[in-house]
Amino acid sequence: MLQVNDLHVTVEGNEILKGLTLTINAGEVHAIMGPNGAGKSTLSAVIAGKDGYEVTQGTITFEGKDVLEMEIEERAQAGLLLGFQYPVEIPGVKNIYLLKSALNAQRVARGEGEMPAPEFMKLVKEKLGFMKMDASFLQRAVNEGFSGGEKKRNEILQMLVLQPKLAMLDEIDSGLDIDAMKVVADGVNSMRAEDRAILLVTHYQRLLDYIVPDQVHVLVDGRIVKTGDAELAKQLEANGYEGIEESVA
Amino acid sequence: MASEEMEQLVRREYKDGFITDIESDTLPPGLDENTIAFISKKKGEPEWMLEWRLDAYRQWLKMEAPSWAHLDYPPIDYQSISYFSAPKRPEDRPQSLDEVDPKLLETYEKLGIPLHERAALAGVAVDAVFDSVSVATTFKKQLGEAGVIFCSISEAIRDYPELIKQYLGTVVPVADNYFAALNSAVFTDGSFVFVPEGVTCPMELSTYFRINAANTGQFERTLIICESRAQVSYLEGCTAPMRDENQLHAAVVELVALDDAYIKYSTVQNWYPGDENGVGGIYNFVTKRGDCRGDRSRISWTQVETGSAITWKYPSCVLRGKDSIGEFYSVAVTNGRQQADTGTKMIHIGEGTRSYIVAKGISAGRSDQSYRGLVKIGPRAKGARNFTQCDSLLIGDKCGAHTFPYQEIGNSTATIEHEATTSKIGEDQLFYCQSRGISEEDAVSMIVNGFCKDVFQELPMEFAVEAEALLNVTLEGAVG
Repeated sequence: MLQVNDLHVTVEGNEILKGLTLTINAGEVHAIMGPNGAGKSTLSAVIAGKDGYEVTQGTITFEGKDVLEMEIEERAQAGLLLGFQYPVEIPGVKNIYLLKSALNAQRVARGEGEMPAPEFMKLVKEKLGFMKMDASFLQRAVNEGFSGGEKKRNEILQMLVLQPKLAMLDEIDSGLDIDAMKVVADGVNSMRAEDRAILLVTHYQRLLDYIVPDQVHVLVDGRIVKTGDAELAKQLEANGYEGIEESVA
Repeated sequence: MASEEMEQLVRREYKDGFITDIESDTLPPGLDENTIAFISKKKGEPEWMLEWRLDAYRQWLKMEAPSWAHLDYPPIDYQSISYFSAPKRPEDRPQSLDEVDPKLLETYEKLGIPLHERAALAGVAVDAVFDSVSVATTFKKQLGEAGVIFCSISEAIRDYPELIKQYLGTVVPVADNYFAALNSAVFTDGSFVFVPEGVTCPMELSTYFRINAANTGQFERTLIICESRAQVSYLEGCTAPMRDENQLHAAVVELVALDDAYIKYSTVQNWYPGDENGVGGIYNFVTKRGDCRGDRSRISWTQVETGSAITWKYPSCVLRGKDSIGEFYSVAVTNGRQQADTGTKMIHIGEGTRSYIVAKGISAGRSDQSYRGLVKIGPRAKGARNFTQCDSLLIGDKCGAHTFPYQEIGNSTATIEHEATTSKIGEDQLFYCQSRGISEEDAVSMIVNGFCKDVFQELPMEFAVEAEALLNVTLEGAVG
């Protein structure tokens, strides 16, 4: 589904990713772990198309299409979704409005036409209930005055409504208490499907107790230095990244 | 009785003097007392009105154009302007929509203006000018039954001289400021509204329905009076861009609210802003002031300003009556090379007066925008309260936003709150929306409309829709 090949990315003259290669197949859940500054967030940001990241070498393809040639919104319309570590506030724009605009923009781009309002409301209410969120969320401005946990739930809610093919969730566990973490994990797990993939970017193993990945990649200094199964995450938790770095060196 | 006789005498006089001028429908450029006499005569005005104008003109001569605003424009040559121009004759106008600038038509379409109105707005000489006469007549009948007077200021001067004498120039005195004095001397059109005691005007009054708006001169004068317990909502300004050759637009608007009266005045201004390089466009120097003369009266200004090369405009409230309320809700958008210095003045005189200011400024392109607001609390205004919120949104990195709040507090019982923010339209916000599949253009419009929401919700329904459309047209191509 997603192929990242020998990716080199520079931000303000500094090379952050230095030849990253990664393959994610449909139906898989991947976790990327690594120390601060290793380039974890850069990877998902580049795939989503954020400005300010210069790809100097390498390729990214999604279902055979060259992602780097696509506009940001085209990537989303193709089925890529980035769940933000720090979702921004958009004052005056209601959550429900953003959800509806996003869903319909994607549907129209795919030639499906806009979703009728009653159907949309039904869908949103169902997902809202799943995320244990109050309906008043929908009438509030996007992320404005939300607590850290509410913002993260909102990201998952958007994912559940938009149903991407590949969800890239950047530190979706940061700032969550244990109850919220479970709700978020349930949301993510509900998305697991044969035709869908999930990429988790995380610092801690804790999240992976709830969302068990098929593959764990350790990202150090712009490269994936080790890949394993869920066990690898547990080793990391026990020994830290230094052990890995040494073994690679 | 005596005054009626006077009236008749005056009328006869102008009638006699009126017969000869036929050919000269447009005055050559220049301004002197003869110009003013010509305008007054053309309008069929009584002698006292001419005197009033001349007084304003003589005071104007002694005044100087204000230079305190954060605006940059070459000095205006007042002798190069023509002060009276009758509507273009049918044969001089475009004969069909095919002759009208396609760019203009495209804008009308984006604004959702009905086809039959587009021709009228573009000044096309069609016979079926969306039947403005009958529309006006229907309204006039309904308004007349309610006792509401709604007519042009020229008609009012002829037909309701007592009301004009009683109120004209009492809110904005002839020599209030340079542009108001000029307007007082040479104004050629505008609206007059009178809502008698206890009457709630049965419909929203709008200049939109008065087709002469397409050809009004640069100097409009509007006067709105609400007697005790009367209410009116007045909408001003055609939302379509009018590509006029006019350079200077100096209007005066006066509002008077007596006890328990409520006047809501909404403006959507979209004069021609000039081209991308700042060539052409309207200089908009406007004095708007409301007088909350009665106790518990309320005046509310809502404005959406997207046009004009230069905007100099501070709709204000004089809160004279006890417990009276003044409100100012504003969205100002500048793009290209536009400059705007706009804001409000809230003058608290009476006890328990309250004012509320929400000003949103959006600057894009190479434009420059200032919010300038004065909150003045007089010594007798015990317990007066003001809340001010002004937010600026910058799009791109070549525009500017400035805030100049002034506060003069004359007693210790007043409560004043001021909040101000300046933010750049977040690249993060854009990226967030786009990463959800929304196009950049739609994302900008979504973010900007969200930013303006507090003000848009003050606008009457159809106006709010048009304002949003207008915002999108104005900011087209502002990003990227």
